[in-house]
Amino acid sequence: MAANRHAPVTDFATDFDHTDPTWVNNPFPIWDDLRQTCPIAHSDRYGGTWLPVTHEHVSAIAYDTENFTSRAVVVSEARPGPNDLPAPIGIAPPITSDPPFHAMARRILLPAFAPRKIEALEPFTRQLCNDLLDELEGKDVVDAAIDYAQHIPLRVIAKMLGFPAEDADYFRHIIHLILEEGITIGEDEEERFAEQQSIDGYFDRQIADHVTNPRDDLTTFLLEAELDGNKLMHEHVRGTMTLILVAGIDTTWSAIGASLWHLAQHPLDRKRLAAEPELMPFAIEEMLRAYAPVTMARMVAKDVEVGGCPMKEGDWVLLPFPAANRDPAFFDRADEVLIDREENRHSAFGLGIHRCLGSNLARMELRVAVEEWMKRYPDFELGEVDGQPATVTWAAGQVRGPRSIPVRINA
Amino acid sequence: MRVHVDPDKCQGHNRCYALAPELFDVDDLGNAVELNDGVVAEGLEHKARLAVANCPEYAITITE
Repeated sequence: MAANRHAPVTDFATDFDHTDPTWVNNPFPIWDDLRQTCPIAHSDRYGGTWLPVTHEHVSAIAYDTENFTSRAVVVSEARPGPNDLPAPIGIAPPITSDPPFHAMARRILLPAFAPRKIEALEPFTRQLCNDLLDELEGKDVVDAAIDYAQHIPLRVIAKMLGFPAEDADYFRHIIHLILEEGITIGEDEEERFAEQQSIDGYFDRQIADHVTNPRDDLTTFLLEAELDGNKLMHEHVRGTMTLILVAGIDTTWSAIGASLWHLAQHPLDRKRLAAEPELMPFAIEEMLRAYAPVTMARMVAKDVEVGGCPMKEGDWVLLPFPAANRDPAFFDRADEVLIDREENRHSAFGLGIHRCLGSNLARMELRVAVEEWMKRYPDFELGEVDGQPATVTWAAGQVRGPRSIPVRINA
Repeated sequence: MRVHVDPDKCQGHNRCYALAPELFDVDDLGNAVELNDGVVAEGLEHKARLAVANCPEYAITITE
């Protein structure tokens, strides 16, 4: 969990903070309460932040690319500065890009993440899951997040980018810095700058290696890609590589972990999935709805009113898709996890032009990871320490998922 | 019954293609297109309705 340098929250309607331990451990009651009392909350933290919690408001803002910019998508003390690529490009295209540049930057990447390209990665992913499960053989207590879930997207993304698999620990460090520590270290310019230099240096070395030794991977693909007949700027390539690494690992690891955490506590769902494997696609979408890991963010581009709230240029807006996914005005039995839910218009992968570029990859990894785990361990439950449930810890920030899930494997 | 994907609304979530590959395909960018001019063969009506009901972008419509 990130070291939280902020004061504890006492009122989420007027002073919320998405890194507060109460939110990190269980945000659902907070959102449920706000939906009834204050569907767009405001906090002075991070220089002014709004929080819509209904599907209606979250989707309206996601679709409004004129009044809301994606130039910065991680709410933190630091705001885009003079050294960062400006809108409509942003520091990590296309997630930080706005129209019209966004569509061009996205179009370059879309073919690499289209369904058939991703289907080709399924055998590798399945083998990887089985290798990880082999290493757990014979143990009766394992950590489903640390020993299993986290390794799957780490190795898949390293393979796709063509980075050394042994750098996995460093990837975890980068992701933690950007998505967790980075939220609150903005006050310390020097610390932030040094970390950024170090991360950029790592990507620069990978780029240099691929320039010397081009190969069939996403890094070479980006280096050879063209926009309007020109090669991409070095900063564009590096920004997109950072995006793929950061957005492709933490998120999917969270989704796999949350699904196993749910199944560990719901023996009837486990039995049903074992008996009715045709339910798996619906179960996977339901896990994505109920435990959507990603809360996005925007900055207000122009003063605008949403739901009666006066949003000012430069304010942050959190876009909690996980809250939209639990809105009872949009979903029947929104607070229940129904693995056979047939109608499930969830927005775990966002809405509108910024739909998660890697959604096909994430969904494939999640399904394969759950299928292989359930084949090997159809019966498991949350572990105990001295008769008490073992502690499950959750990541803080805009990507929420369990970082440690001690489970007992029942033979 | 016919299905239709609005290409301006489709963002490539691929929910329809996953649920009803008999009715939808995806292009190289991952965006959905209806197969067979959208004509829904007998027996696939439920799948067509599922595709409509699961599209996060409300991009699919049915005409009877």
